[in-house]
Amino acid sequence: MNYRAIRAIYLFEMARTWRTLLQSIVSPVVSTSLYFVVFGAAIGSRITEVEGVSYGTFIVPGLVMLSVLTQSIANASFGIYFPKFVGTIYEILSAPISYVEIIVGYVGAAASKSIILGLIILATAALFVPLHIKHPIWMLTFLVLTAVTFSLFGFIIGIWADGFEKLQMIPMLVVTPLTFLGGSFYSVNMLPSGWHTIALLNPVVYLISGFRWSFYEIADVGVGLSLGMTLGFLVICMAIVWWIFRTGYRLKH
Amino acid sequence: MSPIISVSHLSKVYGSGFRALNNINLDIRRGEIFALLGPNGAGKTTLISIICGIANPSEGSVAIDGHDIIKSYRAARSLIGLVPQELHTDSFETVWATVSFSRGLFGKPKNPAYVEKVLKDLSLWEKKDSKIITLSGGMKRRVMIAKALSHEPQILFLDEPTAGVDVELRKGMWEVVRTLRDAGVTIILTTHYIEEAEEMADRIGVINRGEIILVEDKAKLMDKLGKKQLKLHLAHKIDAVPPALAHYHLVLSEGGTELIYDYDTAGERTGITSLLGDLRNAGIRFSDLETSQSSLEDIFVSLVRAP
Repeated sequence: MNYRAIRAIYLFEMARTWRTLLQSIVSPVVSTSLYFVVFGAAIGSRITEVEGVSYGTFIVPGLVMLSVLTQSIANASFGIYFPKFVGTIYEILSAPISYVEIIVGYVGAAASKSIILGLIILATAALFVPLHIKHPIWMLTFLVLTAVTFSLFGFIIGIWADGFEKLQMIPMLVVTPLTFLGGSFYSVNMLPSGWHTIALLNPVVYLISGFRWSFYEIADVGVGLSLGMTLGFLVICMAIVWWIFRTGYRLKH
Repeated sequence: MSPIISVSHLSKVYGSGFRALNNINLDIRRGEIFALLGPNGAGKTTLISIICGIANPSEGSVAIDGHDIIKSYRAARSLIGLVPQELHTDSFETVWATVSFSRGLFGKPKNPAYVEKVLKDLSLWEKKDSKIITLSGGMKRRVMIAKALSHEPQILFLDEPTAGVDVELRKGMWEVVRTLRDAGVTIILTTHYIEEAEEMADRIGVINRGEIILVEDKAKLMDKLGKKQLKLHLAHKIDAVPPALAHYHLVLSEGGTELIYDYDTAGERTGITSLLGDLRNAGIRFSDLETSQSSLEDIFVSLVRAP
């Protein structure tokens, strides 16, 4: 293993985060705080309880997941797309490093950022609503798994994209709707039965449900199923990345 | 001594069916400066890209100091520094950060003293804390060379290193290249500027339409193909070359005021002395004379044009 190369890529990517602190950390925290003010305080005060917890508290795991998902994809896709765009990818390709090392560097940095962000948002949430985490280990497990999985997914988008529009397209058109419809702000059990069945086709439901379970032990689907689906998506992303590097898709001629 | 780079039966066919390289065989000697000449689209960059791991070969193999570029890519690539043709640099990183990043990427432990030396050699030391985006084109080019040298490579590829670089800087770049060669680094450069190859290279390879059509020591190449020309500006116009001078194969030009004599520099006798004597005997006087030697450019053009 070329650990120095992994470290170089990781630190390079993390340096980008600190350089763009406003965009990477502050702006997601501000937008999440707005959700708390609007949904938690203003609207939430008219909603008594959801499945035994106050509405403001109920939406915390969903909001954290919303940020972790979108930021993982944004960070990782931009991280690998940018060198492709400006041409500096030549250096990565000509360096004595394996594909696994490239992935660990880029995806590791993107996932680290969104995990840090998730924890910051959690801390911010604690300022607005009382928080109690029943299963902190499971909470972290879901957080890390989701961050890694969606950073891998973002990495794939970054390789696939050949323009800034495509880079934005999947997050905007697919991931954001799936997250909003995935039970960030409500329990899918609140949906009418037809919609409930459709909602279960949405992979994000399983992520949010599992994550919420680790906080309050309330879940839309079984926690085992949540974990299984998350791992399943991770494996799919890894398989795609393996294929990309094996064929050199959009990286090498 | 075994070659440091050995390319054998290398071909590259792009997805579109375009055959960019066709059965390339090429050995690069340890410690030499090798210039790869060829017109646009001849395959120079493709060849370099394959050797450096940026493109995959379709057929054939390349060994770097005995290490296959695919099976032992780590060992092979560690030996190579690449400066691509286009100015691909980061923008918001500092010079120091980007060069240190390259060193790490190639798996070398930190060595601030070495990085300092590289930056000083390339006159970049004062700019080490500047963001790359603030640098001029020539400086960015040198930053790319610094990145390529950051991991102490034994082989340096310079793809069109002086394209778009002013004369002053080009001379400076040549100086850097010579210093590197003296330090034992093997250098492969591609160029459009024939004078660059003529000035720098130990050996020259010419590539055209994906095939290596010639590899030769520069001096030998110049000898073999070098022709000299003697031009005589005549004092008085003449209508034809006198029959007594026919065996010199003179060419009359400029409306009869100029005589051109081609001779071979490799020959023991150039025939100039006897020509001048015979001219006097024929009563032809000249006001001025000049000689010129065919440059590598002429040689190159004639090679590439040949069917």
